[in-house]
Amino acid sequence: MATALLNPTEGAVTDKKKRYSAGVLKYRQMGYWDADYVPKDTDTICLFRITPQDGVDPIEAAAAVAGESSTATWTVVWTDRLSACDSYRAKAFRVEPVPNNPGQYFAWVAYDIILFEEGSIANMTASLIGNVFSFKPLRAARLEDIRIPIAYVKTFKGPPTGLIVERERLDKFGRPLLGATTKPKLGLSGRNYGRVIYEGLKGGLDFMKDDENINSQPFMHWRDRYLYVMDAVNKASAATGEVKGSYLNVTAATMEDIYERAEFAHELGSVIVMIDLVVGWSGIQSLSNWCRRHDMILHLHRAGHGTYTRQKNHGVSFRVMAKWLRLAGVDHMHAGTAVGKLEGDPPTVQGYYHCCRDSYTKQDFSRGLYFDQDWCDLKKVMPVASGGIHAGQMHQLLDLFGDDVVLQFGGGTIGHPAGIQAGAVANRVALEAMVKARNEGRDIANEGPDILRRAAQFCTPLRQALDTWGDITFNYTPTDTSDFTATPAVAG
Amino acid sequence: MMTNPTGRLTQGQFSFLPDLTDAEIGLQVEYGLGRGYAWSVEYTDDPHPRNTYWEMFGMPMFDLKDAAGVLLELRSCRQTFPDHYIRLVAFDSTRGIESVAMSFIVQRPRREPGFSLSREEGPGRTLRYTIRGHEGDKPEGERYRE
Repeated sequence: MATALLNPTEGAVTDKKKRYSAGVLKYRQMGYWDADYVPKDTDTICLFRITPQDGVDPIEAAAAVAGESSTATWTVVWTDRLSACDSYRAKAFRVEPVPNNPGQYFAWVAYDIILFEEGSIANMTASLIGNVFSFKPLRAARLEDIRIPIAYVKTFKGPPTGLIVERERLDKFGRPLLGATTKPKLGLSGRNYGRVIYEGLKGGLDFMKDDENINSQPFMHWRDRYLYVMDAVNKASAATGEVKGSYLNVTAATMEDIYERAEFAHELGSVIVMIDLVVGWSGIQSLSNWCRRHDMILHLHRAGHGTYTRQKNHGVSFRVMAKWLRLAGVDHMHAGTAVGKLEGDPPTVQGYYHCCRDSYTKQDFSRGLYFDQDWCDLKKVMPVASGGIHAGQMHQLLDLFGDDVVLQFGGGTIGHPAGIQAGAVANRVALEAMVKARNEGRDIANEGPDILRRAAQFCTPLRQALDTWGDITFNYTPTDTSDFTATPAVAG
Repeated sequence: MMTNPTGRLTQGQFSFLPDLTDAEIGLQVEYGLGRGYAWSVEYTDDPHPRNTYWEMFGMPMFDLKDAAGVLLELRSCRQTFPDHYIRLVAFDSTRGIESVAMSFIVQRPRREPGFSLSREEGPGRTLRYTIRGHEGDKPEGERYRE
């Protein structure tokens, strides 16, 4: 390892004749490593975590990442000389060992702005996470974080609604929004499904939600679901005097089907539709444009993300996904709960929330934020915390995430011993009591359980919820934590 | 009487809690002032969920830094409109927010009859929904009177 880093200055072969004679050169000799390179304000900068195969020099591995994610092929080609090839070469400019992870290295790579088509996440990802992730000399590679230059940010329209306008449309301010995913995920008929929606919304939730794999299966055709759901939404709105919504999942096999479903949701007066991450970047960007034209909030369920975000040594960090999704243009995205049943340690999850909601994201290694990111007034995404959370965790959730978040209690609403409305009441009372206490200056992180118990004195459903789930926690060791805190050298 | 679990209109931050006392309202106002918000008192006798513009009881109090002043305005509004809904609204002028940051109801009419939902059948089993306040047929100023 030490010897591998001994010669960081060996860079491009400058003699043109030697550089372009047929054959194979090291990537660093081809111009993909430049220790003196100073990234331009318009460059995209990626931080990769790479695990070179045994015997592969880490700098050469970093140069290979730069090469394979931009212009390189495995051998020298004379046709490079027909272009201003140096500007198309991504440049690895810094490599450091990952603390406490032998064999892993952080590699910084800069990309010129000409490399990416304006307003296209599909194009950017085709380069940055394309061939390079299958490259044999690397045992594993992970895109940890990305700095997107404001010049490129400004080629995207971002969220069609944004969390500020969403709140104005819903007339809900100064507290997290409350939701629940309809359960069971599969098997309910449209009629039965609408019952769950009605009970949850009338009981006090702001939103109900289709699950990611509810599309149009034999037990429930999508049109049937939309019709029953919208009856439930309107009935609940009349019963409470509040604006209510239910995320109608428009995910389907083709873009034509997706548009057809979205149009029907619009025709029925829904304020929100949802899409799954698995439809891909172009599908998301197309639907985002449609939502802009139809005053529709767009909810994104990150179905499938764990296949590439979860392992620390290989894939793409969710913070990168969150940045791409904000540019692509979604209004909600699932970003983790920290305290629920799904992966994510609290500081890392908070880092994702920063990517969703900040005007300017500041470098913060403890939260896995490796770069400053100026969002250039791009609208903000409402993060969604969903999966194995319940009313007894309200103090932790509010303390970790603040007001601008949708807290979704699926089982924690529908599984309430006294019914769905009671489950919704328990969550809403717990939420309002906690917001009120925080605003009064109480230390909710520590006094939370006491605040909940006092609220439960006037609210039987909350008492029942605390009796049922009060002790449920999911304390497993997170697999994805920041390894950066221990490196003052890197922080400099 | 509305049939939702609270039996009343559930708009705003704290409708599921027991009514806030004036001392508790003062603490919320102070929290907002501490964050640089400007408070405003608004009232209405038309609490339809899509009625965005409740009447302003004076301008937002941009330069007011004392919660007692806000409570004074609130009391004055209560005296003038004893049968109306009244809410306190806080505005945040921070770039990128520039919207309402807090909003909660601080007075309700004694009787909250709620809303009706009417359905108009359309093609393909579609329905058009209309939400109407039960008091909505009466003229302004005469709603929610005992």
